[in-house]
Amino acid sequence: MSASHSHSPAPQDASHDNHGAHDQAAEAAHIAAHLGAYIKVGVGLLVLTGITVGLSYVDFGSRSMNIIVGMIVATIKASMVAAIFMHLKGEKMTIWRFLIMTGIFAMGLFFLTFLAHSDPITGTSYSTH
Amino acid sequence: MSNLITKYFPFFTDREVPHTVSARPDTGLYSAKLGIWLFLASEVMLFGGLFSAYIFLRIGSEPGYWPAGLLNVPVGTMNTAILIVSSITVVMAWAALKMRQLGKYRLYMLVTILCGLIFLTVKLSYEWPAKFNHFGVFIKKEAASKYEDFLGNKHLQEAGQNPRWEISGHLLDAPKGSHYAHQAEHNAEHFGHETGRHDAVTPAEDDYVIQLDAVNANPSDKDNDRPHFWPVPMSTKLAVISAADVESASVFAPRHSTYFATYFLITGLHGLHVLGGILVFLYLWLPFPGGTKLYKTNPEHLANRVEIAGLFWHFVDLVWIFVFPIFYLL
Amino acid sequence: MSTIATADVGHHGGTEPHGDHHHHELGFWQKYVFSTDHKVIGLQYGITGLSFLFFGFLLMLVMRWQLANPGAAVPVVGAFLRSVFGETVMTDAGALTAAGYNVFGAMHGTIMVFFGVVPVAVAGFGNYVVPLQIGAPDMAFPKLNMASFWCFFTSCVIMTGSFFVKGSAAKSGWTAYPPLAGIADLEGGSLWLNGQTIWLIAMVFNITGSLLGSINFITTIIQLRAPGLTWMRLPFFVWAQFVTAFLLVLAFPPLEAAGFMQLTDRVLGTSFFMPTGLMVGQTVAQTWSGGGSPILWQHLFWFLAHPEVYVLILPAIGIVSEIVANNTRKPLYGYKAMVYSVFTLGFLSFIVWAHHMYMTGMGAKVAAFFQVTTIMISVPSVILLTALLLSLWGGSIRFNTPMLFATAFLPMFGIGGLTGIPLAFNAVDLFLHDTYYVIAHFHYVVAPGTIFGLFAGVYFWYPKVTGRKMSEFLGKVHFWGSLVFINGLFFPMFLQGMAGVHRRWYDGGVTYEQLAGPVLHWNKVMTASAGLLALFQLVFIFNFFTSWRIGKKVGRNPWDATTLDWDTPTPPPHGNFEKPVEVFRGPYEYSVPGHPTDFHPQSQRD
Ligand code: HEM
Ligand SMILES: [Cu+2]
Repeated sequence: MSASHSHSPAPQDASHDNHGAHDQAAEAAHIAAHLGAYIKVGVGLLVLTGITVGLSYVDFGSRSMNIIVGMIVATIKASMVAAIFMHLKGEKMTIWRFLIMTGIFAMGLFFLTFLAHSDPITGTSYSTH
Repeated sequence: MSNLITKYFPFFTDREVPHTVSARPDTGLYSAKLGIWLFLASEVMLFGGLFSAYIFLRIGSEPGYWPAGLLNVPVGTMNTAILIVSSITVVMAWAALKMRQLGKYRLYMLVTILCGLIFLTVKLSYEWPAKFNHFGVFIKKEAASKYEDFLGNKHLQEAGQNPRWEISGHLLDAPKGSHYAHQAEHNAEHFGHETGRHDAVTPAEDDYVIQLDAVNANPSDKDNDRPHFWPVPMSTKLAVISAADVESASVFAPRHSTYFATYFLITGLHGLHVLGGILVFLYLWLPFPGGTKLYKTNPEHLANRVEIAGLFWHFVDLVWIFVFPIFYLL
Repeated sequence: MSTIATADVGHHGGTEPHGDHHHHELGFWQKYVFSTDHKVIGLQYGITGLSFLFFGFLLMLVMRWQLANPGAAVPVVGAFLRSVFGETVMTDAGALTAAGYNVFGAMHGTIMVFFGVVPVAVAGFGNYVVPLQIGAPDMAFPKLNMASFWCFFTSCVIMTGSFFVKGSAAKSGWTAYPPLAGIADLEGGSLWLNGQTIWLIAMVFNITGSLLGSINFITTIIQLRAPGLTWMRLPFFVWAQFVTAFLLVLAFPPLEAAGFMQLTDRVLGTSFFMPTGLMVGQTVAQTWSGGGSPILWQHLFWFLAHPEVYVLILPAIGIVSEIVANNTRKPLYGYKAMVYSVFTLGFLSFIVWAHHMYMTGMGAKVAAFFQVTTIMISVPSVILLTALLLSLWGGSIRFNTPMLFATAFLPMFGIGGLTGIPLAFNAVDLFLHDTYYVIAHFHYVVAPGTIFGLFAGVYFWYPKVTGRKMSEFLGKVHFWGSLVFINGLFFPMFLQGMAGVHRRWYDGGVTYEQLAGPVLHWNKVMTASAGLLALFQLVFIFNFFTSWRIGKKVGRNPWDATTLDWDTPTPPPHGNFEKPVEVFRGPYEYSVPGHPTDFHPQSQRD
């Protein structure tokens, strides 16, 4: 958890703006180059929405299989939003660190509720499957 | 005026805290960026809790008690597309600000706000109300054979499908004392106009009369085994169900079943997020001191604010990407 | 040592002029009520929280009276309580009713945890001390900070108000287990204005306030550390608050979600937690469609509530660490190990929650998983405790009041933690679950543990806030009285619990004389201890208020401490530091060989 081992004094002045005019122009050019990518990802998401709907009318053998397929497509879409629109791709380590933790705990919540539910003591199950 | 504000509401003015606009060199982040991601992390856990409730209740539900195909898929698809478009426009609005193009920013932001408003309008004035006028009764298992014509369990069993215990449609006549009596009266009148039939109201006092959904009208039709993309029109067939055979009866409201409970709670909470996002966008779009006015003095600060609000908005989109399939499709 | 120390105080000057010349004067409302200053907000949280701690304690006193003297009128204040709490809670004669016992029990737990300890330990001490210790002018988001407090304050008003609706406040325990909590207080009352519904609404506000606050804490610690204050130079208190804030941010939301669900179960008739075929009285409840699961609530509740117990203890460990290092005049033993432990603890605390649910009939595989993780989590807890104990070794300890409380914290927390280990084992827990043994276990951790830590913190930072020390004599009276009687109160609970006395018996076990007979007499001992414990708290309250005016005046660093919080003027002005601070060394450089004083402040270049 060491975002910094730097001993150099960090600027503590709110008015300090480390984007000089030059930096700003460079950043603007950098962003302009990305605009096409945003549109492409957006169109990709719309297409995948169509695919999600289409796939839901295909039978993959069992209900749980159908759900898994649907969730895979949804996860792909969600990752696209997070990586490109939310700039997670190339985001700072500090943010990644706690997002990974969050992901682990959320999966823990899903998975363990599931486990606790699917492994009851014999005879105490409160619902039929 | 602004002096008065500073004097009496000091919390409307910014304190001199470092890194509100510029990034801290070692973390590379300005504070609000970190703050919003922490907030989104907690939102992941909030919706995570709701989705884990969904999983838990769904795998725990008895066969035949988790409905499918009750929502309007084309409308849901359209709403999904609208949210995706708004996600594109909001990131474009941010990029426009970064490139110091105020006019484009205004335009993209306007489109984003409109998309949000359309989404909410569709949800609140069309999708939800349509559900509230739809009625279902769950038949007691021991009485199910009496209603085999509407349930089609023999066929379902042969097809290897879950059994069906619910008969749904429009309620035309309710048992005496039911608080759905008013709705039933209204529906019966409408039904009479449409069909010219007047058999919707039975003299018996403890019967439900339901104008059937297509699945219950032809429950053994293979065509009805799987949900359809376009909503199938209702039949004009009626079912008369004795209240004694009914396990629970409700409109398609939260109380109807755990399916609708999760649906309304999750989409409701999601809708509140959409509303919150719209309000923030409006603030940033109008000439408030913290909105477009900020462009003159500190365009970078405004761009940061749009980025923060945008991150929130993308997250709301991201949640919907999961909500849509789990409730509408699967 | 003392001469050198005085020299330093002289160097910094006694009480200082307020350094807020460059800030315009704020009026009363902005300065003390709608303030965005982290110190004011910290005090607002602290004082609200301390009041609730006292209130929660008084509720428990009434319950203890009832347990030792079942059915007897509460002496002296019985009639008063009857007129305040109404007929649901008190009989006309002034005795606690059965419903009243449930009300007081549920509200005692809720108030102590969510309205007392967390506000004081996390929001109070955290807000006041963390920005000072990291050399920041304020929190990263001052307005959000204010919003957090007012969210919390709203929840306080709502929760307190719930005592005065028809049927009185919530009665379903601080855990609010459905289906009981789902149907409670609905009979014949209003759908919204009843104890349990209001409880849920208040909790939603409380949780929202906590979330806003913890986001602020994390951002502040990451973004506003003074130049040179690298991660491994952070005072341990800051680490403790950092991990605590993460626990709150990630564990509270699922409970908020569950709170919404229970709310809709009650007011919209959904069945998230209501099972099929639920019997209410003699009949199957028609209000709910069924299909829900009470176990789901338990999962979501304990997913928060286990991390929550670490939220209750970590800030106290942080406070104790500061005080131990300061008063042993030695660096903390194993600082790095402590930092890693606190992280491990935070991580593991998310995957042990179902050890509260062994009785729900989970299968062997799942139970095995949770037993293993629970035992694993005791390892970092023990490392923390051991490091603090070893820090005492070979120190020339100054036993002032903060240090007395900090020292007593160690064995008390030890008893609490070690008695948790038997509970971690499914086979043992099936017997001990819901007995007074569990009550004793967690009270040892939170009462002579956390609360002692908080007292230590109050005595320790009081001079920073007010410029005066609290009376040492009264402090020692408070300490020794509290130490003796808090053990008299909680230790017998282990004995009763192991004999099988259930935690929720209204008459203290008289009905179950057969079983509880041999341990019933302890009720009298515990109740007497509770009363005497209360008396000694009056000493604290007296000391707290009088010292504000007549306590001994001190300079900015009365304890000869090293961390940045002692570097500001006393009391710290708006914006905290007079000049930009820079950090040159670790947090606990005490008795460094070759240095002229026995402490070497972090901000001193050499
Ligand atoms: C050191 C390791 C610890 C272990 C192994 C442990 C284990 C347990 C277990 C298994 C239970 C459930 C008992 C039952 O309900 O039957 C329990 C209850 C409890 N523990 Fe701990 N614990 C530990 C430390 C702590 C700490 C540090 C705190 C708080 C600051 C704490 C607070 C609580 C509370 C509040 C409950 C009871 C909640 C309730 O049922 O109302 N424990 N503990
Ligand atoms: Cu626990």
